[in-house]
Amino acid sequence: MSLVTPDFGLLFWMVLIFGIVLFILWKFGFPIITDMVEQRAGRIENSLRLAREAEEKMHALAQEQDRLVEEARKQQATMLKEATESRKEILEQAKAEAREEADKILAAARTEIAAEKESALREVRAQVAELSIGIAEKVLRKEMEDPAAAERFVQQLTEEI
Amino acid sequence: MRWLARITVFLLALLLWPGVSAAASGEQENLVLAAQSDTAGELDMDEYLYGHVGDAYGWHITTVNGHHVTVHLPVIVRSKETGWHVFSSKHIEEGEEYEGFRIAAKGEPHEGKLVEDTPGGVLKPLDISITKNVFGLMVNSFVVVLLVLLGARWYRKHNAVEEAPHGFAGVVEMLVTMIEDDIIKVCVGPDYKRYSPYLLTAFFFIFINNLMGIVPFFPGGANITGNIAITLTLAVCTFLAVNLFGNKHYFKEIFWPDVPAFLKIIPLMPLIEIIGMFTKPFSLMIRLFANILAGHMMLLGVVAVVFLTAEMGVGLNAGMSVIAVLFGVFMDILELLVAFLQAYVFTMLSSVFIGLSRQVAEKE
Repeated sequence: MSLVTPDFGLLFWMVLIFGIVLFILWKFGFPIITDMVEQRAGRIENSLRLAREAEEKMHALAQEQDRLVEEARKQQATMLKEATESRKEILEQAKAEAREEADKILAAARTEIAAEKESALREVRAQVAELSIGIAEKVLRKEMEDPAAAERFVQQLTEEI
Repeated sequence: MRWLARITVFLLALLLWPGVSAAASGEQENLVLAAQSDTAGELDMDEYLYGHVGDAYGWHITTVNGHHVTVHLPVIVRSKETGWHVFSSKHIEEGEEYEGFRIAAKGEPHEGKLVEDTPGGVLKPLDISITKNVFGLMVNSFVVVLLVLLGARWYRKHNAVEEAPHGFAGVVEMLVTMIEDDIIKVCVGPDYKRYSPYLLTAFFFIFINNLMGIVPFFPGGANITGNIAITLTLAVCTFLAVNLFGNKHYFKEIFWPDVPAFLKIIPLMPLIEIIGMFTKPFSLMIRLFANILAGHMMLLGVVAVVFLTAEMGVGLNAGMSVIAVLFGVFMDILELLVAFLQAYVFTMLSSVFIGLSRQVAEKE
């Protein structure tokens, strides 16, 4: 058998067999695999796109969150500042008010004390006057018991006048 | 390295054993050669080589103690005078005649083929026997179909959009996508889908046949893709795929190419182009055929060293056998590469030729 002359019988069978193989694989073999692979490739591509989109969205969300946190922090700071200020103000005000009140009370107390003192002094003065009159009365009575002394006294008084 | 040494020792022992036993029993018998050669013990290189790479009516597997172990295959012939004959190849072994048919002996016309002795002389009947190559082709084609259909079955049972196959179907998918993505899509161009089943079939067909050709025992070892009838059919398929669906631009390039007019009036360029139409598939045919045939020849030659040196003493034979086995391992591994490579190259060039026939004219 020569190697380079195709044998008819083998050629016949080859055409038949290869034809059948080709038909079967064309019909039931490769298109199923390639179509499915293609579909999967499409799906993977789609999934990748979605993932990328989701990532972008996540990124945007994260940024938004950061922004919100930053804003909240700022707000907190201003609020704290305001609170400190208002506290200071209130304290100042309270202090001023308290001082005023205290002044008022002091003033009232002072006037009262002055009035009390006046009245007390007046009373003391009246009492002292009464006492001195009493003493003077008693001294006089004692002096007048002796007519000579009384006489002398009257004399003295008249002289003095 | 230890396992390598062990293997070498084992192979050495194995190779020495038949020689030793033959020497002990005093009979000179050779495993492969006795079947091939009339003069026992001597190697008829031609018959050994061509017997292995060529076709045969029966599939001789081995010879055990002088008995041939052969798979008998059906002989189907149509005689011009007596019509169809179907019989087993065991009737025509060893040059016997059966129903008027016999295998033409060495030196006769149609050597090695079935001929019919008629009163009018020796005639060659229409012969569509299931020969060794046809049988091997059937087995290998069955393997190809099984391989791809088993791979495809996974896709029917699973939601392939959601998950990727593992194991066997994964291997098939890997090969399919490799060929489709790397070759077909790139070389054929936008309407690759129309051609991809043919190209994939060609790839798997050639690849499996190449691989089965390397398997040294039945039902492998038939030299299918190293047979010109096989590669001729494949090349014709590519030729048809190229020329039946070629577009206007492709045929214009052949019959009225963009060259100076005098090259077309004396139709030099069209002639060259038309010859080119045929040389492209012709090169495909020869490339595959020659590569695979040469691979088989090389392997057979390397193995033959063992038997050729059998007469030259145990020491030389043992040494050469080790070298032959190591070289044979190397060749086998090389053939694995070639098996893949040739299938790949055939598919790629077919894709390129198809792609050329589908090209659209460039806008200037």
